[in-house]
Amino acid sequence: SPLQQTQSYSSSQQLRTGPVEFPARLREMEDVKGSDGLGDTELRLGLPGTSTATRSAKRALPEGDEESHDELRRTSAAKAQVVGWPPIRSYRKNSFPGRKVEAEAAAGLYVKVSMDGAPYLRKIDLGVYKGYKELREGLDNMFKCFSLAELSRREGGSGSEYAITYEDKDGDLMLVGDVPWEMFISSCKRLRIMKGSEARGLNSRH
Amino acid sequence: MTYFPEEVVEHIFDFLGSHRDRNAVSTVCKAWYHVERFSRRNVFVGNCYAIRPERVMARFPGMKSLSVKGKPHFADYNLVPYDWGGFALPWINAAVRRCPGLEDLRLKRMVVTDDDLDLLARSFPNFRSLVLVSCEGFSTDGLAAIATYCRGLRELDLQENEVEDHGRQWLSCFHESCTSLVSLNFACLKGEVNAGVLERLVARCPNLRSLKLNRAVSVESLNEIVARAPYLVDLGTGSFAVDHHTDAYQRLMNSFSKCKSLSSLSGFWEASPHCLDAVYPVCINLTVLNMSYAPAIQADDLIKLISLCFKLQKLWVLDCIGDKGLAVVASTCKELQELRVFPSDIYGAGATSVTEEGLVAISSGCPKLNSLLYFCYQMTNAALITVAKNCPHFTRFRLCILDPWKPDPVTNQPLDEGFGAIVRSCKNLRRLSLSGLLTDQVFLYIGLYAKCLEMLSIAFAGDSDKGMVYILKGCKNLRKLEIRDCPFGDFALLNDVAKYETMRSLWMSSCDVTLGGCKALAAKMPRLNVEIINESEGSDKLEENISDLHKAEKMYVYRTVAGPRNDAPDFVWTL
Repeated sequence: SPLQQTQSYSSSQQLRTGPVEFPARLREMEDVKGSDGLGDTELRLGLPGTSTATRSAKRALPEGDEESHDELRRTSAAKAQVVGWPPIRSYRKNSFPGRKVEAEAAAGLYVKVSMDGAPYLRKIDLGVYKGYKELREGLDNMFKCFSLAELSRREGGSGSEYAITYEDKDGDLMLVGDVPWEMFISSCKRLRIMKGSEARGLNSRH
Repeated sequence: MTYFPEEVVEHIFDFLGSHRDRNAVSTVCKAWYHVERFSRRNVFVGNCYAIRPERVMARFPGMKSLSVKGKPHFADYNLVPYDWGGFALPWINAAVRRCPGLEDLRLKRMVVTDDDLDLLARSFPNFRSLVLVSCEGFSTDGLAAIATYCRGLRELDLQENEVEDHGRQWLSCFHESCTSLVSLNFACLKGEVNAGVLERLVARCPNLRSLKLNRAVSVESLNEIVARAPYLVDLGTGSFAVDHHTDAYQRLMNSFSKCKSLSSLSGFWEASPHCLDAVYPVCINLTVLNMSYAPAIQADDLIKLISLCFKLQKLWVLDCIGDKGLAVVASTCKELQELRVFPSDIYGAGATSVTEEGLVAISSGCPKLNSLLYFCYQMTNAALITVAKNCPHFTRFRLCILDPWKPDPVTNQPLDEGFGAIVRSCKNLRRLSLSGLLTDQVFLYIGLYAKCLEMLSIAFAGDSDKGMVYILKGCKNLRKLEIRDCPFGDFALLNDVAKYETMRSLWMSSCDVTLGGCKALAAKMPRLNVEIINESEGSDKLEENISDLHKAEKMYVYRTVAGPRNDAPDFVWTL
């Protein structure tokens, strides 16, 4: 998903130290290309600040370090964040409808969208939008055939006689746009485009 | 050979099946080059940017069948941005102008639009076969054009494409007079098709042998279809959601029992355990079984099914089959050549999975095994050494231990020795994917023993540049090398630059190669395209003060006679 792909190179360091279960992956300082003072920010497969291991094909494990490395053990959620790992085609990942959590993390955040007055619902993947602006544009595009927003615009209304609301995890009807985007997409269960008149009760900011 | 008239030489060349052999003979002398180029019918282009389409068509004017590949393999795992390239249009355009007799087109990992499909459909009167694998950019409208204008169409095979659904009418576009279909695969489509239209299409195509339905096709429809096409050899069942208590189920069972030719089964998207009984009558003849899209079918039901499949040669399953299930495969499927075990739960929730035991069982029970793709949570050196001893015939060995850097859980050692045993024993190994904890040692082994290796995939492995150097030096037949998250840098990259002209491509992402290193490579080797994919926001231009010491996040290098490509998006820099 786009969320995963925007992670910059340096921030991905943290994730990479995650899955290490045994502290055998320590590199020698001399091997770190970029002996230009960037050593501290150099990507390493071990705890920052740890000393290097001697080079040998069979690595002995320092006993005491096991506990601290357990702390770095990846959680299931963190595992999902390494782009392109495990190497499974998205087609296959997207094929399994079950198990909500994994489906959300990897295969898209599909929610139903209803519009008052429209004969049928649509489904969108919240994961493809980068923020609220894009979401609004996407919804506009999707529902423009019902020309209701257009109609209100032509009649001299502001064009935003419709409010976009969503149902959150607790089942409450909320106005879209109040909370940070990330929080929104993790709590949004379905979207509803409401007539302005009905939405006025929810309107707390505009 | 100069004594033989051209017709004789051409006839001899007819016996050369592979394009590689044909490429080889065309370099012998001018005369042979000429005979070969006019007689070549099947053209394969492994990298669409390695050569311009016009040049291909000019060289092979008699081309009837074209196969082109676009994006690098790691695009399958979302490592290549959406609009990187790989457009089909230039190839279709060139064929329209130069090879109007085109009959077959196969595209893999390319961007194909509806307009492209429309152009294709209208331009080639003899068009017979369209195969699209892992492509994107088109919708059912494009398929409608194909159905409408390709009157003699024999094959429409859509494998794992991202297809936008614009409605179900495309299937109706097959004219009533279209009776030539031999193979139809629309399993990857998400939308519905008109059941009646589908059934009538099947009924009027007496040569139909391969049919793969999508998830939206109901069991009732499947029933009608199977009843009308008892000569099917290869069937993708569609949803297969049926209650085994119903009449529909009984009818299905009857239909299947009449399918004497059925040897390949897939689909089962929504199959629930008990409804597999309907399939039992055909198990005895199955050579190919793909249950990897049926997450509701657990080990016990898989075992019941597989224990009837004595002739199975190719099996794709989910890891819920477990080691127990694999033991049954080992004792039943003595003809097995290819096994793929996919993870059903990639987030490590600890559900049933397979371990090294299952793999060892398979290796000892299935002596003909030559192709493996195996996802698991752990592997041991001892197991790999045993597998290597039992199965020296591997040509493809792809092991994916789901946790990066995971060592042998019994000994805490890296898996160097295990993979070393595999490459030492399997002298014909052409493709290898590594995983688990690995040091430079494994690359030493690979360089030393894997002389036939053509494709190598490496992730989270190695200690230093030496690892990559061993590979480049030792693997004489290497064509494709793809590396991610390994500590290989400029020294390894630049160690033997001439090597890359002997290969199709090199991919390195999240490694230690720097921009400076990539520039140096590009400067030394003008016949390579060195492309950097830069996805960080705000830096559009190479000139914007990005230090040469900056790491190149994603680098794709490939040999080409076409020069730098002219369709690269902003975020791709050709150095």
